[in-house]
Amino acid sequence: MNRIFSNSPAEQSLAHLSNGGSAAPALRGLLRRDLLRAGGALIVGFRLRDIALGQERVEKPGPPDAKQVDTWLAIHPDNTATVYIGFAELGQGSSTGLLQIAADELDMEMGQIKSVRLDTNVTPNQGGTYSSASIARGGPQVRTAVAEARAALLQLASKRLDAPVERLTVSKGIVTSNGKSVSYGQLIGGKLFKLAFTGNAPVKTPTEYKVVGTPVPRREMPEKVSGKYVYMQHVRVAGMLHGRVVRPRGQRMYGAGAKVLAVDESSIRGIPGARVLRKADFIGVIAENEWDAVRGAQQLKVTWETPPALPGSEKLHEHMRSAKSDDNIVRERGDVDAAFSKATHVATQSCLGPYQAHAPFSPNCAIADVKADTALVMCSTQDVYGTRNTLSRVLGLPLEKIRVQYYEGSGTYGHSCYDDVAQAAALLSQLAGKPVRLQFMRWDEHGWDNYGPAHVGEVRAAADANGKLVAYEYRGWQHGWSNVETSEQLALGRATAEWPGGAVQGVSALNCGGMYEIANLKLVNHKLPVTSYLKGGWLRSPLDLSFSFASEQAIDQLAFLLGMDSHEFRQRNIKDERWLGVLDAAAKAANWKPRKAAANLSGAKVVTGRGIGVGTHLTSYGAAVAEIEVNKETGRVVAKHLYGAMDCGQAVNPGNVEAQIGGQLVQTASRMFKEEVTINTTNVTSLDWSTYPILRFEECPEVTAVVVQHLDQRSTGAGEEVMAACAAAIANAFFDATGVRMRQFPFTPARVLAALGRA
Amino acid sequence: MARELKIRVNERVWTVASAPDTPLLYVLANELMLQGPRFGCGLAQCGSCSVLVDGVERRSCVTPVSAVEGKAVTTLEGLPAWYAAQKKLSKTPDLHPVQQAILDEQAMQCGYCYNGMIIKASELLSKTPQPDEARIRSHMNGHLCRCGTYPRIIRAIQRASRVMAGGAA
Repeated sequence: MNRIFSNSPAEQSLAHLSNGGSAAPALRGLLRRDLLRAGGALIVGFRLRDIALGQERVEKPGPPDAKQVDTWLAIHPDNTATVYIGFAELGQGSSTGLLQIAADELDMEMGQIKSVRLDTNVTPNQGGTYSSASIARGGPQVRTAVAEARAALLQLASKRLDAPVERLTVSKGIVTSNGKSVSYGQLIGGKLFKLAFTGNAPVKTPTEYKVVGTPVPRREMPEKVSGKYVYMQHVRVAGMLHGRVVRPRGQRMYGAGAKVLAVDESSIRGIPGARVLRKADFIGVIAENEWDAVRGAQQLKVTWETPPALPGSEKLHEHMRSAKSDDNIVRERGDVDAAFSKATHVATQSCLGPYQAHAPFSPNCAIADVKADTALVMCSTQDVYGTRNTLSRVLGLPLEKIRVQYYEGSGTYGHSCYDDVAQAAALLSQLAGKPVRLQFMRWDEHGWDNYGPAHVGEVRAAADANGKLVAYEYRGWQHGWSNVETSEQLALGRATAEWPGGAVQGVSALNCGGMYEIANLKLVNHKLPVTSYLKGGWLRSPLDLSFSFASEQAIDQLAFLLGMDSHEFRQRNIKDERWLGVLDAAAKAANWKPRKAAANLSGAKVVTGRGIGVGTHLTSYGAAVAEIEVNKETGRVVAKHLYGAMDCGQAVNPGNVEAQIGGQLVQTASRMFKEEVTINTTNVTSLDWSTYPILRFEECPEVTAVVVQHLDQRSTGAGEEVMAACAAAIANAFFDATGVRMRQFPFTPARVLAALGRA
Repeated sequence: MARELKIRVNERVWTVASAPDTPLLYVLANELMLQGPRFGCGLAQCGSCSVLVDGVERRSCVTPVSAVEGKAVTTLEGLPAWYAAQKKLSKTPDLHPVQQAILDEQAMQCGYCYNGMIIKASELLSKTPQPDEARIRSHMNGHLCRCGTYPRIIRAIQRASRVMAGGAA
């Protein structure tokens, strides 16, 4: 386990919770040991200090103290509970999953518990909702916190019912002993626990779960389907103005930003309601009427300085490959060069991955009400506390004077423009002296995103005559993520900078051969400066599609050179049972029959192929099989059926995990076939759904999702971990269909025809 | 003084304060405070803002409000009543069968695109009660979903079609 997860800071911090890093679940040390059966429920003796009841919950600048039970849970007089969760619902269903954990631990029903809006004055700081961490990191926190509360409640009930804790049973939040009962609400409803969260309270064993491990329907879906759900884009506050930003269409080189030479305010004289606001190079238009703000921002004439030259899409990768880079060896073992020189079969693969956009279905939106000494900002951030930090920098207000509230927007899939729009709304509100609602236009969001960075990957892999992998080398070129948003860059002249640290911004030891047993391995990262390229950011399964596209094609090519079945070759070189588990689950779902790849090449116009691949992001195990169709005359490639298997340990809500796998398969098909941020020599040119197409209904594959459930293992992420495998499976299916290896994605018709020698 | 512009939305008549060339979307969202139609691209490329105009799906982000004068606009909020009127039901259901089927299939993820999905699917089933899968795909092809839930939307439309025909879900 440690070998697989050692690349991830988040996972390392979790690892010390576990007993010695074995395959044991992280929480084993906390599982109740002295189980006593009392009635139908399992109750355990656990001594607490006296609880000082009293005091009402108050809102104050957060984060609330994570070491207090009250930060995590409130019991109400009507015997319902509120669980305070620091993770955002992004459509992945984790707000339901985390409540399932709480319901089981509290012996309450789902209908009795709820969570509240993320708010820096209310909810704990559990870190941002990224790296698929909601259940993985948030689950154990919620579980142990409410377990501690439950233990305290049992102590209170023991006194009230005059019965030892061991004799108590709990159901639906009602504690019973000898025919007498008392509810949680009667014990503590409306009052604070005033109890330290030690993390030592015993938690339930998986055999005691009632709702964990079941596909509970998503809680927020009924309101979403009826139109009653309040997305960020729906929020309105009294006295607010509408705002829009004015920027060049399509970002330029990140380090250069956009410099204003002249603003011609007379150009919007025809829109009397619109007013121009400006702070240095940051320009916005505000109006009482939203359409006036939209029109005003579109019509305002601004002359921008000519930016420094970008390489343009055609020469981008060549430019990256030849640029000076900051190199480091990510991992090295054995003697790679010696092993390659002796190997029977060597496969090399040089691959190019594009910039891709988050492109949330609706552009980001925020409302800010900035006063002289306080600010309230509502937005769709993945991290309310992180956004509060950036707002403090932009507004010049101390953290405790800023309150950030989360409202769900459309699926963001990483660091889209939510921080940028929050900053921009705050700046406009500060300038206007009124609350401002700012929604980005489609071209703002598409054009000024923190893109998933482009990649150049060069891999070689070798096997001996027996089909054993003996050597592997991966070299990757890409830049990291931007740490300064466009609004603060333009308004405050803040120097652009790279997101600090983080192995996830470079070559992945997990997806670059990490699942295989290889004695001689070398991984080299060639880091490029983000300031010389486009804004970068974490886009769902960052860089993993590019890594696996290169790496898993090389692995697949070795199987081909050996005349072996692709599935069998992988089985032979993987030892870890959980990797084998997902590999075999995907193959079984697809009814995979062993044969050599590209063995059935045909001269037909439309040919079909199948491929297999494995991959992950930071945690969990993913495998996929793709069945695709290639039209050799038009160059059009369509996925007909994608199968994905994921092992994320304990799948708290297997229904949600299944939905996540399905969504990942479709989104991967979109990213492999369609999605590419394009640039000319000055700026980004893919600014909407026409210039940045994504997969549509008519090209959508059938999907089969397999959840490999391990209730006894700790939960790991489920939001992105099958995408790398799927990208690989698609690439290998293309080879199976055509006998040709694609070197670059997306597989546009022009690239496919060129690869097939038909351009 | 300019002539007063009135529009009929969800069987209620509203006097419009905005200028007649204002896109219908901004009127629905900011004057009528409706949450069904919502901004996605402003370019009629995604289907986020879809409404029915006399039973036909229209992109409200590029439709001037004056263009729907004298017509019946139905938004997500009015869809169950629109369905009840079409089917001559004595009582308006809480949800259109397409909405219920989406819940039954647990189809959505972020759900932002589902206003358009539900409007477009309702339009389809009102004209073609039993579409085959190819028909569903081609009819829905102008509506985008970033979360990749197309397969479940297709299943939900098939389920709704069965329910509307009086069959089992």
